[in-house]
Amino acid sequence: MKTMETSLTAHSGKLIGSIERRLFLKQGLSLGALALLSGCDLTDDESVQKLLTGMSRWNDGAQAWLFNPNKLAPEFPESAITKPFPFNAFYSVDEVTLVDGKDYKLELDGLIRDKKPWTLPELYALPQTSQVTRHICVEGWSAIGKWSGVRFSDFLARIGADTKAKHIGFKCADDYYTSIDMATALHPQTLLTFRYADEILPPKYGFPMKLRIPTKLGFKNPKHIMSMFVTNEYPGGYWEDQGYNWFSGS
Amino acid sequence: MDAAQAQWVKVHPLIVRITHWISAFGILIMVASGWRIYNASPLFPFRIPNELTLGGWLAGALQWHFAAMWLLVINGIVYLTYGVVSGHFRRKLFPLTPRAVFHDVLGALRGRLAHEDLSVYNAAQRAAYLAIIVCAVVLVFSGLAIWKPVQLQEITAIFGGYESARVVHFLAMTLLVLIVVVHVVMVILVPRTFPTMITGRARRAS
Repeated sequence: MKTMETSLTAHSGKLIGSIERRLFLKQGLSLGALALLSGCDLTDDESVQKLLTGMSRWNDGAQAWLFNPNKLAPEFPESAITKPFPFNAFYSVDEVTLVDGKDYKLELDGLIRDKKPWTLPELYALPQTSQVTRHICVEGWSAIGKWSGVRFSDFLARIGADTKAKHIGFKCADDYYTSIDMATALHPQTLLTFRYADEILPPKYGFPMKLRIPTKLGFKNPKHIMSMFVTNEYPGGYWEDQGYNWFSGS
Repeated sequence: MDAAQAQWVKVHPLIVRITHWISAFGILIMVASGWRIYNASPLFPFRIPNELTLGGWLAGALQWHFAAMWLLVINGIVYLTYGVVSGHFRRKLFPLTPRAVFHDVLGALRGRLAHEDLSVYNAAQRAAYLAIIVCAVVLVFSGLAIWKPVQLQEITAIFGGYESARVVHFLAMTLLVLIVVVHVVMVILVPRTFPTMITGRARRAS
């Protein structure tokens, strides 16, 4: 049995409810339309951008958690290599930076015991290893290539890098810069490479050296490396500072 | 029995209504940002007009995509768990036979599909809602395959590798968008279903 009072409130509640509903629908629809029409402006809104940047940091953490230091990227037969391997940078192929190999020295800085710079002949004399792996671009395309060089974890051990530190930063001859987490730096497939397809790296693929990281997206693989530093402070990167996700693991 | 009460039937449980609208919002963000990501390296010989996309450029679109991803996955887990545990799926989406779907789709095309009782889905609806769930699951897994082809390479392998996972992700999106378009058209044709997804109640046709 219902009392008069409750059924009355129920009734007026229904009326108010239906008016509120209409208002809600109207507002909801215009909000949706606004979001669709001004997707660009919405992204530029300060509070929205703050939320998105926060989510990107959260995704850095999620990816670091997911990263398994023993999980290897699939390797492919040489017959699977993509020819020609695509060139990609923030400039066009005819603007590629030419580094003079004769005077070249890799500079070391930060939390490293032996900061002696390395010449190319010295680097080439280190034990070398090769890999045929898939390079995946943040744009979505992928290509398979063959890179050869020194295992980065071996190099870090040789120079006495503090592998308890958080980051390694790279500065490149083309003014590109980026940084990676230590766990990825120590991954067995992370190579400091000097050759592409068994030839000394041509300028367009990053002469004199490219850090090849098959567990990260392409833009996290710096080319034309001039110096590297080990640090606990977040070094950012050319694309990362513009909003691309820092960890960008694959 | 109270007269006012008899006129209304409960159609959609609160959890279904909440997860429905979160899905609608999340899918809008995922599709619009996904289209922008697609444009950075189109798989097929066409581009999506930038006006229909979200993010302004690739980095912005990726931020939206990988933020809304969490919202949709959490929402999807709540919805699927509720649907299975409460028996909601079993009651609402089954039984479902190809014959009944064929019959009701034909009926719908001729404009002769009955909607007297909104609490019971016809076979065309059941098939469409089930297909959306299947599409969403395929989208999540093909998405993981693209996002983590090394860490989750076992999932990537199921889709035949990174490049084919991209194709699957795009096709599942296309199917989902088509079903959503049909869904919205049907809501426009039978407008009283719309407030029902907000209030949860429908007036019983007598």
